Amino acid sequence: MSAVGFWAMGGYARYVWPSFGFAIIVLGWNLWSARRYQRAARVRALRALAISDE
Amino acid sequence: MWTWFYRLASPPYVYRTAAALTPWFMTAAALAIACGLIGGLKFAPPDYQQGEAFRIIYVHVPSGWMSMFAYTTMAVAGAIGLIWRIKMAHAVAAATAPIGASFTLLALVTGSLWGRPMWGTYWAWDPRLTSELILLFLYVGVMSLRSAFEDATRGDRAAALLSVVGVVNVPIIHFSVQWWNSLHQGATVAKFGKPAMPGSMLWPLLVMLFGFMCFYGAVLCMRLRGEVLNRERQAAWVREAIGS
Repeated sequence: MSAVGFWAMGGYARYVWPSFGFAIIVLGWNLWSARRYQRAARVRALRALAISDE
Repeated sequence: MWTWFYRLASPPYVYRTAAALTPWFMTAAALAIACGLIGGLKFAPPDYQQGEAFRIIYVHVPSGWMSMFAYTTMAVAGAIGLIWRIKMAHAVAAATAPIGASFTLLALVTGSLWGRPMWGTYWAWDPRLTSELILLFLYVGVMSLRSAFEDATRGDRAAALLSVVGVVNVPIIHFSVQWWNSLHQGATVAKFGKPAMPGSMLWPLLVMLFGFMCFYGAVLCMRLRGEVLNRERQAAWVREAIGS
């Protein structure tokens, strides 16, 4: 299959590529939000420890 | 076996195990998803009826399976939390909900994009589509219910109860294509019996499913660490664990 044929996906490109694109967005969001959640929890725990030390 | 089960109730053990497992799950997920994508987009032949549009299966089916798997995990964890009053089980349920909801949304959107060229419409009130949409509402309901209570213990118990009641929707989603007349095609990979697709199309799907499961494992471990810290921030072991 040529590169043009591959990207055209037999005329279904406007359905196939948005599906894969949305999958990348969802997987990326999962990673980003999990990391953000974990960092925020760590900051809160550090704050709680600092308050208990005072 | 029971010793292992009781160790899972220990927050420091869960925190450290989740930290150790995350890179393994993430590496396996990256490799499997890359192989599955190459196999699905490059090596799998086009379908004789659906042409190249069938390739949406490589993200649609794994996300659909994971949406049900994550919900079942959440309900089982919720039940364990309710019966044995294990806080870590509620932490697992809380960590699973947003991941499962995102997989459900992905299944619905990719299904809609697949439905347009095959059925001529983005959406139909078909039993499979409707029950999957109900699953998304259940996830949103469980997350909203948990955060609606100021007392975290009451929020956990209410969310667990809803997730246990809602698990009845999982077999309905799975068997909806057999029980009712449906636009949606039947099972592609059945547990019993021969798969409805040739090996050249099947292996990338199974590899993608494995990749999505490992990805779920990695994100669950990351979220679980955050959940444990949020719930245990006053505990003595936290000081050592987060290195302050």
